[in-house]
Amino acid sequence: MKARGYNMAGLALVGAIGLAFMFLTPRFAELDVVLDLTVYMIMAILALSLALIWGYGGILCFGQSAFFGLGAYTYAITMFNMGESTVPFLLAILLPAAFAALLGYFMFYGRISDVYLGVITLTVTLILFNSVNSTAGPEFHIGAARLGGFNGIPGIPPLNIPGNKGAVIDLEGMFYLCTGSLLLTYFGLRLLLASQFGRIIVGIRENERRAELLGYDPRAYKLATFTIGGALAGFAGCLFANWGNFVSPTIFGLSQSAQIIIWVIVGGRGTLIGPIVGCIGIQWLSAMLGANQPSGGSDLWSKIFANAPLILGSILIAFVLLVPKGLVPTLSDIVLSLFRRRQRQEQRGFEPQQAE
Amino acid sequence: MMLDVRGLCTGYGRIPILNGVDFTVEEGEFIGILGHNGMGKTTLLRALMGYLPATGGRVHFAGKDITTLEPYRRSRIGLGYVPQGREIFPGLSVLENLRMGCIERRDISEQEIIATVLDQFPRLKPLLDRAGSALSGGEQQLLAMARCLCGAPRLILLDEPTEGIQPSIIDEIVETLSRLRATSGLTMILVEQNLDFIAQLSQRILVIQKGRITQEVQPDALHNASLVGEFVGIAT
Amino acid sequence: MATPLLQTRDLSMHFGGVKAVRNVNFSLAEGELRCLIGPNGAGKSTFFKMLTGQLEPTHGQVLFRGHDISRAHAHQIARLGIGIKTQVPSVFDGLSVRENIWLAASRIHSGEQARRLVDEMLERIGMTKAAEMIVGQLAHGQRQWVELGLVLSTDPELILLDEPAAGMTHEEVQKTAELVREINRTKALIVVEHDMQFIRMIAKQVTVFNQGSVLVEDNVDNIMRNPMVRDIYLGKQAAA
Repeated sequence: MKARGYNMAGLALVGAIGLAFMFLTPRFAELDVVLDLTVYMIMAILALSLALIWGYGGILCFGQSAFFGLGAYTYAITMFNMGESTVPFLLAILLPAAFAALLGYFMFYGRISDVYLGVITLTVTLILFNSVNSTAGPEFHIGAARLGGFNGIPGIPPLNIPGNKGAVIDLEGMFYLCTGSLLLTYFGLRLLLASQFGRIIVGIRENERRAELLGYDPRAYKLATFTIGGALAGFAGCLFANWGNFVSPTIFGLSQSAQIIIWVIVGGRGTLIGPIVGCIGIQWLSAMLGANQPSGGSDLWSKIFANAPLILGSILIAFVLLVPKGLVPTLSDIVLSLFRRRQRQEQRGFEPQQAE
Repeated sequence: MMLDVRGLCTGYGRIPILNGVDFTVEEGEFIGILGHNGMGKTTLLRALMGYLPATGGRVHFAGKDITTLEPYRRSRIGLGYVPQGREIFPGLSVLENLRMGCIERRDISEQEIIATVLDQFPRLKPLLDRAGSALSGGEQQLLAMARCLCGAPRLILLDEPTEGIQPSIIDEIVETLSRLRATSGLTMILVEQNLDFIAQLSQRILVIQKGRITQEVQPDALHNASLVGEFVGIAT
Repeated sequence: MATPLLQTRDLSMHFGGVKAVRNVNFSLAEGELRCLIGPNGAGKSTFFKMLTGQLEPTHGQVLFRGHDISRAHAHQIARLGIGIKTQVPSVFDGLSVRENIWLAASRIHSGEQARRLVDEMLERIGMTKAAEMIVGQLAHGQRQWVELGLVLSTDPELILLDEPAAGMTHEEVQKTAELVREINRTKALIVVEHDMQFIRMIAKQVTVFNQGSVLVEDNVDNIMRNPMVRDIYLGKQAAA
């Protein structure tokens, strides 16, 4: 019961910090900072979608960006065709979810095993990338929306209050929406994971065979998890399309998929806070090092230190070798061991006796 | 003295299991280790083999301090380990498993080593081409021991070799190990729950309780199973 | 004649060239306790895997209460009421003992009732003090107890125990035998074991497997005296 006490306190803390952050930031920060922070919130939701599928569900998905991109593109295309954002918003969540359900059905009911899941999901996202990338000509359009190929789709109209086409969301509104969504997603997932469903998917991750022998159908649970993850990623994609008012095929790219995985590894698989921290931390670091291109500076220092991919790659290697559990679990282990050192004086810690 | 263990402590992360284990083993001795589950029997063998770092104490093997030596180094100087659950290579054939056991030997040819070992384990002779995974549990146990012997160990650590093995093969294992003791001066530390087996093979038996060796008994003391319960049993 | 609880007809399993189980005709009555013995590799575990849907038989049928479950999925069979403790303990290693038992109990009950049952089961298997330990860190024999707890928590009609006494001390073996007899008051069991002392503590009818088929079926005393069984399996143990 003590654990639950800590849990409640932890959740309350997260909620408090989150709400404070949400309401205070626009007051004290410059607009461009708010803009940057907004995309971090969106990416954090994307990170959470993989945290659920992989961290808790044990499903290694190399193509989470597929659902992210589908969400963004669905919003853009539907929005151009409808002009009012309620349906596009819903479709941007439902279409990736449906796609995830279909893909998931073939993978899980086809009993595809771990490694091959990774391969298939990766392939799917690459196929999407290549297909969408080649839709540059005017003949490629869905209704009023041109797909744009490698040029992407610019000028995506932003969300409006349902029913009121004129009441369009502004920069500050986007920040509130995205931060609020992140908080809702976090607490929603916490609830889900504490529920019977959540505990069962963790059991399936731990030992699928035993879960089956107890009467749980692992295929159905994995499918549900995968679909929820797809829906979340799609939702993040929709927000992303609104944030930049622009979407391009790189959203489906290998690099995007890899980044999501790196966030989860660095932050800590098996936690929710971890991937959020990992995502925001790495995004911020990348921004500081000057976007994703090696900096313009020609001297050796900038070539190394302002070289974001190099730095990030090194961070990933360092983490996998030295901090394999990820940032948040390792930090919490350290904190717990400090507490336990105090307890150990009284308690003689040894393995439990056989009760006789 | 083949093995000298003083004050050995180890555990898993924050959980200490061994709290100062002291015992010695002379060359050519077969000693048994008895104890309830969770008392540290398997942990002791794993620590002796170097899979668990010692958080305290020292281990000397044939005069050399091996406390911080890695498992593969310990294997090279003559420690052999047959873990609980056999752990033979399921994808390799019986012959290939045995050849893996010969890897560190430089003195004589592989064929000679394997031939000698197979003489001790004739049941494996017709099974040389069979894949490890296709063997029955009993056959796998024999293979695990044979493979260990290919490395010419001076001291073998055996963890619950009779678990899940049919009675007739258990008899075979007792015969084989007794023969090895008589002919090759092999030293052995045996962890077992099967009282008959441990009594038949051990010259003396150490009782481990709460991570310490608490008493030493003679094999005849094990013949009354309910009495055994008493002296192995623990009051908290 | 009453429908047997479990029946197999010409049940066979072939892996490539290897005939692991050959035309086994087996029958178990309601509430019966049967011991299954035989050499390693005789096909006992493979037989169990077919009964629980982990393997699909090459041919033949498995009937549970008269219904053909030969091609049913493992989770469906589990829900019908067959539970199995596998030869190699299959538990949720990364989770606590309590969480393990909860996962099993919550398939039948929910909320407060599930929690209560978990506490009762922990008591029954002697793991109350160890309830928060991570199962992967427990000793082998303790993990066996956890698995027993898992299986019992789903309240199956028929329980298959594959080497339940493995890795247990003498007292634990006795405790397990008592538990088996107690379970047998309301449920049917098939127990595979090599520990002859354990078998003697619980057995009435024994089926002997050899090389994939049933060699002989008889009561435990006759089996122990049977020269064929001594030859292929019992060795000198029979004298004990």
